[in-house]
Amino acid sequence: MVNLIWIGMILVGIVYSVLNGTTDKVNAAMFEASTQAVQLVIGFVAVFTFWLGMMEIAKQAGLLEKLTKLFRPFLIRLFPELSPKDPALGFIMSNMTANFFGLGNAATPFGLKAMSALQANNRDKAVPTRSMITFLCLNTAALTLFPTTVISLRMTNGALDPMDIVIPTFLATCSSCAIALTLDRLFYVFTSNRNRRP
Amino acid sequence: MNVIAAISTLFLPSLVVLILLFALIKKKDAYGAFTEGGKEGIRLSVSLLPFLLGMLVAINILRASGFLDAMNQALSPLLITFNIPPDLLPLLFIRPISGSAALGMVADLTATYGADHFISRAAAIVQGSTDTTLYVLTVYFGAVGIKKMGRALTIGLLADLAGMTTAILITLWYFS
Repeated sequence: MVNLIWIGMILVGIVYSVLNGTTDKVNAAMFEASTQAVQLVIGFVAVFTFWLGMMEIAKQAGLLEKLTKLFRPFLIRLFPELSPKDPALGFIMSNMTANFFGLGNAATPFGLKAMSALQANNRDKAVPTRSMITFLCLNTAALTLFPTTVISLRMTNGALDPMDIVIPTFLATCSSCAIALTLDRLFYVFTSNRNRRP
Repeated sequence: MNVIAAISTLFLPSLVVLILLFALIKKKDAYGAFTEGGKEGIRLSVSLLPFLLGMLVAINILRASGFLDAMNQALSPLLITFNIPPDLLPLLFIRPISGSAALGMVADLTATYGADHFISRAAAIVQGSTDTTLYVLTVYFGAVGIKKMGRALTIGLLADLAGMTTAILITLWYFS
């Protein structure tokens, strides 16, 4: 899908520039955009190296485990199918913590571990369980406190206060999470999945 | 707003202090762990380069050709009714499909309008507050071999739509 959109954007742009007589601008834009991308990545290297370094300390010192324990009562409510000792809960928590600090890419490995832990208890391996759906709803709604990538992008572009978007982002992400979880519960209640607990 | 500003400035330093104190108490090699995680950070950021570059080039071609302006002019009456700045439109469409492509668009808007423009802030908030629904579902379900996305897809896309609308409304309210 991205593939077609990408090809479409470039082809439409080039064809339009020929009709519009702006080919010289398009030539310049291609090279400017490449330089811009490299500058951006240099900004990311700075921020990611620092925060993933910090996350690794937190992980090795057992801080992530502590967080999981702290949020366990809340998680158990979200995932009523899982027993409180289910190993999936730990992975779900680590995944959510990484997402919380805007490290979406760092969150993926934990998320995949959580999924395979959930799949281990799944009867029908081709159909997602209720917990899987809830977990993915949470993930796609991206509960984020500190959108690292976006902030570093704003720093690179000389924002007066690169952090000024933290609070509105948090408000927006809370509302999209609330919507996702409500929809998830509603769908669950109104579909036949109700009687099919794995 | 002063209290909020103070909290958001103090948040990161306190997080660093908390993590380091914790490592000290647990007698862990914090510096070793830091450099280990840091290497991963370099790898991650460099791996984003091709995605960002590809998308930035495509958008810049569209913009330089004059196509985006023409589109914006054609669509603006519709978008103004819904309070959406036309420049945000491509971002709203691509956000659920590709995170790195969306990031490229946010980068482009920020560079074009300046980081403190309303559009750049709205783009940043849209990017920060939603996730790549299709990518997440494909990767997570794909990894464990589940073929049916079922209601997860519907919920994900509905939540994206609601989340992006809220993000724009919140930006209008917060920065007014």
